[in-house]
Amino acid sequence: MGDREPTIIAFVCNWCTYTAADLAGTSRLVQPPNVRMIRMMCTGMIDTKYVIKALLEGADAVLISGCHPGDCHYINGNLKARRRVRLLKEILPRFGIDERRLKMTWIGASEGIDFANTIKELVAEIKQLGLNDLRQKMIL
Amino acid sequence: MQRRIGFYVCHCGTNIAGKVAVEEVAAFVRTLKNVVVARSYKFMCSDPGQEMIQKDIRDFNLNRVVVASCSPRLHEKTFQSACERAKLNPYYFQMACIREHCSWVTEDPAEATEKAKALAAAAINRVNHHEKLWAREVNVHPDILVVGGGIAGIQASLDIARADRQVYLVEKEPSIGGHMVQFDKTFPTLDCAACISTPKTVAVSQSPKIKLFSYSEVVEVSGFVGNYTVKVRSKPRYVNEERCTGCGQCAEVCPVSVPNDFDEGLSQRKAIYRNFPQSVPSVFTIDAKNCRLLGQHKKCGLCAKTCQAKAIDYKQKVREFELKVGSIIVATGFGVMDPSPLKQYGYGRFEEVYTGLEFERLNNAVGPTGGQILTKKGKKPESVGIIHCVGSRDVNHHEYCSRVCCMYALKYGHLIKEKAGHDTRVYNFYIDMRCFGKGYEEFYRRLQEEKVTFIRGRPAEITDQAESPVERGKLVIVAEDTLSGRLLRVPVDMVILCSAMEARAEAPEVARIFGINQGGDGFFLEEHPKLGPMTTPTDGVFLAGACQGPKDIPDTVSHASGAAAQALALSTRGKVQISPTVSYIDPDLCAGCRGCIKLCPYSAIEFDERRGVSVVNEALCKGCGSCAGFCPSGAARVRHFSARQLFAEIEGLLDSAV
Repeated sequence: MGDREPTIIAFVCNWCTYTAADLAGTSRLVQPPNVRMIRMMCTGMIDTKYVIKALLEGADAVLISGCHPGDCHYINGNLKARRRVRLLKEILPRFGIDERRLKMTWIGASEGIDFANTIKELVAEIKQLGLNDLRQKMIL
Repeated sequence: MQRRIGFYVCHCGTNIAGKVAVEEVAAFVRTLKNVVVARSYKFMCSDPGQEMIQKDIRDFNLNRVVVASCSPRLHEKTFQSACERAKLNPYYFQMACIREHCSWVTEDPAEATEKAKALAAAAINRVNHHEKLWAREVNVHPDILVVGGGIAGIQASLDIARADRQVYLVEKEPSIGGHMVQFDKTFPTLDCAACISTPKTVAVSQSPKIKLFSYSEVVEVSGFVGNYTVKVRSKPRYVNEERCTGCGQCAEVCPVSVPNDFDEGLSQRKAIYRNFPQSVPSVFTIDAKNCRLLGQHKKCGLCAKTCQAKAIDYKQKVREFELKVGSIIVATGFGVMDPSPLKQYGYGRFEEVYTGLEFERLNNAVGPTGGQILTKKGKKPESVGIIHCVGSRDVNHHEYCSRVCCMYALKYGHLIKEKAGHDTRVYNFYIDMRCFGKGYEEFYRRLQEEKVTFIRGRPAEITDQAESPVERGKLVIVAEDTLSGRLLRVPVDMVILCSAMEARAEAPEVARIFGINQGGDGFFLEEHPKLGPMTTPTDGVFLAGACQGPKDIPDTVSHASGAAAQALALSTRGKVQISPTVSYIDPDLCAGCRGCIKLCPYSAIEFDERRGVSVVNEALCKGCGSCAGFCPSGAARVRHFSARQLFAEIEGLLDSAV
């Protein structure tokens, strides 16, 4: 499994980061293909179990990205997500998962360049951190 | 019921097929569980593409459809409608974005194809668990709110009123007209700004369908498309609007003198004031901060003694009230950048350096000089320098082009020649002349013929340090003429800085109130930069004018009429469909902890004491999922975003990876 590419699941909000990803696409900003996005209406609807599920299923990292604080389409869902991320970062090590495998960012709808850069940086970070072998361990 | 899924992958010409092996994706999907048919087609969004889906739904008895193509933000509705036409519930549809998030941004074709397969598998997995949902139809309140009484807000209000709909126009200043009524002439026709705008401001005041709230601000908006409740705060004018006749005797006796904002501080006004004689409404306002009686608690009351109409009312209070409207047009306009940070141009240091808007007031017949172009010493200038792109097209300040400066600089050139004399020398320092509108290029040519000088180069500095006798007592513009490569020192009597149009300082607050976003440049973000310039992600909130980006008057008026048409379309139809993807709390699972009630940003959840469970009021719920993300017992869930659907999607994304 040594040369498997990392897979990253991104939960992003429809109004800001998903739109930024669309803009990055329209602007043809090349990104590594490791990130797969799940479109949510708001980061505030991301249940902690989705993150744990993704990491247990073999994702090497999870990105949660929403609107900047104060810009949330639903007033403050992004801040609720931030609290859950904080909580998750405490819980994840108990599952044997490095908390650095969970990252949260704010990327506004017009920030296509930031989106592409975030993806590039995240993939580089996770490559440095190494793969998540939890699933293999569980099968054994 | 057995799932029968139809899958369609779009070539999008070569946009997708040029990178992703679409046939390979279709062949892969054919191997997935419950997939009955998987096809690829050149343009799925075209009529034949949509008909293919409809025909397959009938022929293969499909009960789920997945399309892998562009972003769902573009064509989700298109394909949902196709499903609906074939009598399939539109929520039995799922879209995978393999263009913006895959083919356009992945370098290697093999990697792009693998990613497309994973995205397709996730969508197939997810759609298995989709449920039938029905959009709710709610009534639209016919009345419309317009925020901002500049030319954009005025145009939108008049258009709506002509369609016989009630408009509420809220303006934060004491009178309407915005920046346009500060101007003297308008390019390229040199129409007098007041002559063409005052008929419109007067029409606003006379229209029985427009209720104007001047000196008022929107402080809170609640509700949803078709049914907004807007809280408006009216500031006290200390003058009774019904009684004031606008005679102006109060201002004559007022002992206080303060800089006049409307004249950009170039003249003085009294503490009781009106911006200009044709103001709408034509009533006076007391500026309480500077008033001797109200602000400094000294003995005065002269205005009340003089007023024969008994209109002065020192006891007026802030008034708050609510309006019910179906849609909202945000027309809050722009701000002008303060050029002081560009120290090299000496604004604030040299008194003969003006901003464009200040110079506009010098030209205006009711401005500080009565329409004469005079230096602070009261003399006609012999030469004037106009510096373009101050703070715009500048990566240190605003990267964008302000779009109006080239043209108003040309207008100034003409006005200077006309008012200060044809021998007055006018030097334009430009980067590029952008004269793109109707009649604009012709105007540029005319100004060249009027012997206005154009120098291509952004000045390095403006200095009062004379190096030769001709420079003595003058301001010297130091610049490079980049066309001839020569360094220039141009002595002038007056300098006009064409400072950038920018988003208003209070734009973040306005964005928050109306639930809209700002772009990177600070201006409000439209739904689509080309095809949705007036709509916003918040249904029923529209943009008009320069609050969306720098615009000249013709573009502002067009944009405002467009926004009015959008609002009228909602109002005329009288009904709007509301997405059914709202929250639901399963009473069998709810433990009654009430955590969701505290988290709901819309107060849409109530507690049913009898059953001991929380209940969602679907009319108020916007489907943000704050409750679902939290609920410890999994009772609260957002329709179309259930845990089962999300788990399936995650599994689909990861199955091929490990």
